[in-house]
Amino acid sequence: MTAPTFSVPAKKMAMWLFIIADTATFAGCLFAYGFTRNATPNWPRPFHSITNVAVMTLVLLTSSLTMLIGVRSAQNGDKAKAFRWTMITAACGIMFAALHIREWMGLIGEGVTLFHNPWGTPLFGSMFFSVTGLHLTHVTGGVVALIAVGLRYQGGRYNADDLEITGLYWHFVDLVWMFVVPLVYLLNLAH
Amino acid sequence: MTTAEAHKNGGMTKDLIVYVCILALAGLQFLIAYQDISASQMFVRMMSVAVIEAALALLFFMHLAENRGLLWFFVIFTVFVLLAMQYGWTDSFRLTDGVPWAK
Repeated sequence: MTAPTFSVPAKKMAMWLFIIADTATFAGCLFAYGFTRNATPNWPRPFHSITNVAVMTLVLLTSSLTMLIGVRSAQNGDKAKAFRWTMITAACGIMFAALHIREWMGLIGEGVTLFHNPWGTPLFGSMFFSVTGLHLTHVTGGVVALIAVGLRYQGGRYNADDLEITGLYWHFVDLVWMFVVPLVYLLNLAH
Repeated sequence: MTTAEAHKNGGMTKDLIVYVCILALAGLQFLIAYQDISASQMFVRMMSVAVIEAALALLFFMHLAENRGLLWFFVIFTVFVLLAMQYGWTDSFRLTDGVPWAK
């Protein structure tokens, strides 16, 4: 087998380039959020409880660990274990998305929509749903990718490298959440 | 225990330690949210913790610690993009506080 031209295999490099581009997307989105929040005097602080977001954070962080176990199992040739842990990671992603939608429904029930907010500026709803929606889209895409790559790995069409590359994306989604939580939730906690 | 098994177990132990550290840092962010400090102080503290969390995830979960070339490629580009975005902050303060030193 010929060695890759660069120190990183092409598929992995492509994923890193995507991650770098997506970092710029999320940075732009969070910067726009910060700018709007800073420039709006009557920004609401609607979150009374952190229980839901704490559970969501725990689930997403744990899913990164289960992904690592899956990738390490694949690299050690334990196909069944790798597939099982990849599916557990996908299940964590589904749980996270369900909790997120539950929280959205709660806010929508209180009257917050993209263009309306009962506690003040309608920009709150626009920014909240845009930032968290972009992240949720990434989580949903990640779950689909994990299931698809996991099944193909199980079927022998993909190898451990493909699982590792999907894992990189999943860790990135986890990493973005580390910035979304303080900016969007914790700084808007009602005191 | 063979060398491969020892490496495998060592790798898993390292992953677990990093996971616990990130979890603890995430918990710290939640504690900061309940501190009686100004919003700007809270922002700085939470972002500092988030940067440490992200660095741990990048270095150990995404294995950038094992690939220095890729690490620098990622860091230089990301820092450049993040710094380039900072030009707008002054304008966001102008919207609420008015032009500095204006009569």
